[in-house]
Amino acid sequence: MIYDALWLVPLLPLIGFVCLTLLGGWLSRRAMAVLGVGSVALATALAFTIGYTFLTRPPATGHCTEVIGSWLAVGNLHVRFGLYLDALALVMMLVVTGVGLLIHLYSATFMAADSGYRRYFAYLNLFVASMLMLVLADNLLLLYLGWEMVGLCSYLLIGHDYADPVNGRAARKAFVVTRIGDAALLVGLLLLLAHWGTLQIQPLLGLAAQGWANGSALATVAAALLLTGAVGKSAQLPLQVWLPDAMAGPTPVSALIHAATMVTAGVYLIARLHTLFELAPAVQHAVAALGALTLLLASCSALLQRDIKRILAYSTISQIGYMFLALGVGAYAAALFHLMTHACFKAVLFLSAGVVINALDEEHDIYHMGGLGRQLPGTSLAFLTGAASLAALPLVSAGFYSKGLILAQTWNAPGMGVWLWTGGILGTLLTAIYIFRAFFVAFLGRPKSHARCGATAAEAVALVVLAALSVTAGFVEIPAGLGGGVQAFTGLVASALPPGPQPAHTGNLPALLELIASLTAVAGVLTAYYFFRYRPPAATAAGAHPITAAVGRLWQSGWGFDWAYERLFVRPLVMFTRANRHDAVDALFTGIAAGSRALHRGLSRTQTGRVRWYAAGIACGSFILIALMVLP
Amino acid sequence: MAEIPLTHGLLLAVILFALGLLTVLARRNVVFILMGIEIMLNAAGLAFVLGGARWGAPDGQVLFILILAVAAAEVSVGLALVLQLHHRFGSVDVDAARQMRG
Amino acid sequence: MNMIFYLAALVAISSTALVVTSRNAIHALLYLIVSLFAVALIFYVIGAPLAAALEVIIYAGAIMVLFVFVVMMLNLGEQATAQERRWLQPRIWFGPAVLAALLLAELLYVIVAGASGERTIAPVSAHDVGMSLFGAYLLAVEVSAMLLLAALVGAYHLGQRMSSAED
Repeated sequence: MIYDALWLVPLLPLIGFVCLTLLGGWLSRRAMAVLGVGSVALATALAFTIGYTFLTRPPATGHCTEVIGSWLAVGNLHVRFGLYLDALALVMMLVVTGVGLLIHLYSATFMAADSGYRRYFAYLNLFVASMLMLVLADNLLLLYLGWEMVGLCSYLLIGHDYADPVNGRAARKAFVVTRIGDAALLVGLLLLLAHWGTLQIQPLLGLAAQGWANGSALATVAAALLLTGAVGKSAQLPLQVWLPDAMAGPTPVSALIHAATMVTAGVYLIARLHTLFELAPAVQHAVAALGALTLLLASCSALLQRDIKRILAYSTISQIGYMFLALGVGAYAAALFHLMTHACFKAVLFLSAGVVINALDEEHDIYHMGGLGRQLPGTSLAFLTGAASLAALPLVSAGFYSKGLILAQTWNAPGMGVWLWTGGILGTLLTAIYIFRAFFVAFLGRPKSHARCGATAAEAVALVVLAALSVTAGFVEIPAGLGGGVQAFTGLVASALPPGPQPAHTGNLPALLELIASLTAVAGVLTAYYFFRYRPPAATAAGAHPITAAVGRLWQSGWGFDWAYERLFVRPLVMFTRANRHDAVDALFTGIAAGSRALHRGLSRTQTGRVRWYAAGIACGSFILIALMVLP
Repeated sequence: MAEIPLTHGLLLAVILFALGLLTVLARRNVVFILMGIEIMLNAAGLAFVLGGARWGAPDGQVLFILILAVAAAEVSVGLALVLQLHHRFGSVDVDAARQMRG
Repeated sequence: MNMIFYLAALVAISSTALVVTSRNAIHALLYLIVSLFAVALIFYVIGAPLAAALEVIIYAGAIMVLFVFVVMMLNLGEQATAQERRWLQPRIWFGPAVLAALLLAELLYVIVAGASGERTIAPVSAHDVGMSLFGAYLLAVEVSAMLLLAALVGAYHLGQRMSSAED
């Protein structure tokens, strides 16, 4: 049975990592690339074979479990190396391997001049292996292991060019900020373990669903802790500050972090443990609110960035915000669908940006680009498809279908659905503006610099495949409002995730909502065209007013979160560390050491080397001893 | 046989011991120090023999013989050291050999 | 017989005191031999003839002769005596004398306080000592044989003139 080979999927990249690490010194660069890309390619082929089998002949129960061996057995706690494959894990596995493979392929030539070529591929393989372990784990401890390893790999890859201290700082920031979430996640896991005595995800969810009343305090605490973990990993408010700085890593790494591996882990976690979140409605509302707030704040920040990679970074934060919004209203399938399409179009955006940056000798500022459309037509087209998909241009982009599904289900959510929908629509408008601002400024207009080289063959393959997916990936799910009613994706994941909120009333409303979303996206593109292509002085004039300038500075700095955190946490901590440089507790131990040293000096003075002095000492000692013995 | 109180014999042993100690502490000449040690060992042997005589047991004299062996060993090594000391420092002053101070 | 004991004790104490105060090493050795003879006499009086014989043969005979040899090898002459005179100042005497007196007083106190006033003295024959020595104390005898061998080797090693390179 093909499912028995499931364990090979995470193992193959891990083998690649081990081989690159241990044998790397003897390999040529070509062999490194073959090993690095090949291991992921094999894993991808296997994953898609399994996926094909899953679609044609699904397991009877809708999922299958495979246990490789035992990991821990302490008292009543038994943790095993077990993999669990259902529709949710399958989608994640396919996204991780598919997008991961294309990014590997792209890296093979993109990083060709890098001195840390072997290190890079080793970590990239480990990254993919960790993420696969995370999504396939059947118990929370194994999931947590993958979770931490993903964090580690992100640290290693963001700081890939460690010679520049700025990169090291960015890597540390990413590591430390996500650590806050990781710690909360660990506490949450331990809480679940302490209360239910198991870490197996499915039995645990079953127990929790039966044992915890809806909205009970313990369930709320557990869900809140898990949410904190997800927020840290997925760069949502208030732990989003690490993601824009993570652009210090090589561009394909950014693509991998944003599209396939790292930031989607939080979304996956909430979808995987959705039962727990449904038991804690307050936390689930918080998920939706956080998502909506994050997507708006990040969109505003993206509007004013000049660095093309930072624009994409903020767009990632805001798109993950959409996913959280969907998770918060219970539209898990929609969130997962958007995750999939986002992986495709964000990857193509980053990879084409990488080609541009490479061609312009590490130029990141979009205002120093311009007219690239004529110099790099293929890359520009790829960027355009990605941008269209991100902006959710109607009908011809994957993003349109996934974002449309989220918005439609948000509208149907009970309670504050309308408000969340409004936020989402506003986000759509902003998204279209900022991404097409980047496109119009960088790719159209008068050339300001000379493109040195275009995409290599390997890069081109990755771009073409991802661009094609950015257009077509949405066609598996055509909403009823467009008269299609193709529901391949939601049908697939229905076996693992509950259906989203159902429309209270039918009629023309779904079609109307789709129309509004489409018009908003188009309006955004037109706005961008007006301000940045048709009449750029208008944008300059709008930004010149004192109030707008102040708001602009605030948005550009990411709403001042870095500024506030620097003053609230970093500086007091640094001051405390300085004050306590000579550890106060340590004084006790240094005191003991100093005391014995003084004693030693004093006693060694009695070692005069005079034999008679020693004899006198012995005589004194015997005098005292006899006195102690015989005198009362 | 003599009717001597044990106490008197022990007093003699103690006085001899104290004189030996005084020799060790007060003299700087190594030969005298070794003599002092001999006196102290002899006093100890005397105490053992007295004890043995008091109880009519042979153990006191056995231990005296053992002390004799120890004294012989000590004195042979000690005198060899005296010769070395004299050879190296040209003196029998025990304070000349102070290099091993802590 | 009691008289002999006390007389011998007086001789032992006085000759030992002369050892302590003597400035000439050979004189001191002769006083020490006298003291050992006196102790041997005491041994005989209290019924330990074997101990008395050994005291004379080994202590006075062998060990003291060793001392005499060494003193003669050192060839300490007039200036050594003069040096001893310089070293035997009262201020040098004082501290050790106080310490020795304190220890003496303490031991005297112990002995006098624990005195039972018994006067019985039982003689022990050489035969008994021999049986005990090679019976119950055989192991101790073996160990002391070992000790003497080690002392022999050590004395031989230390006694040879070291080459000047080692100095």
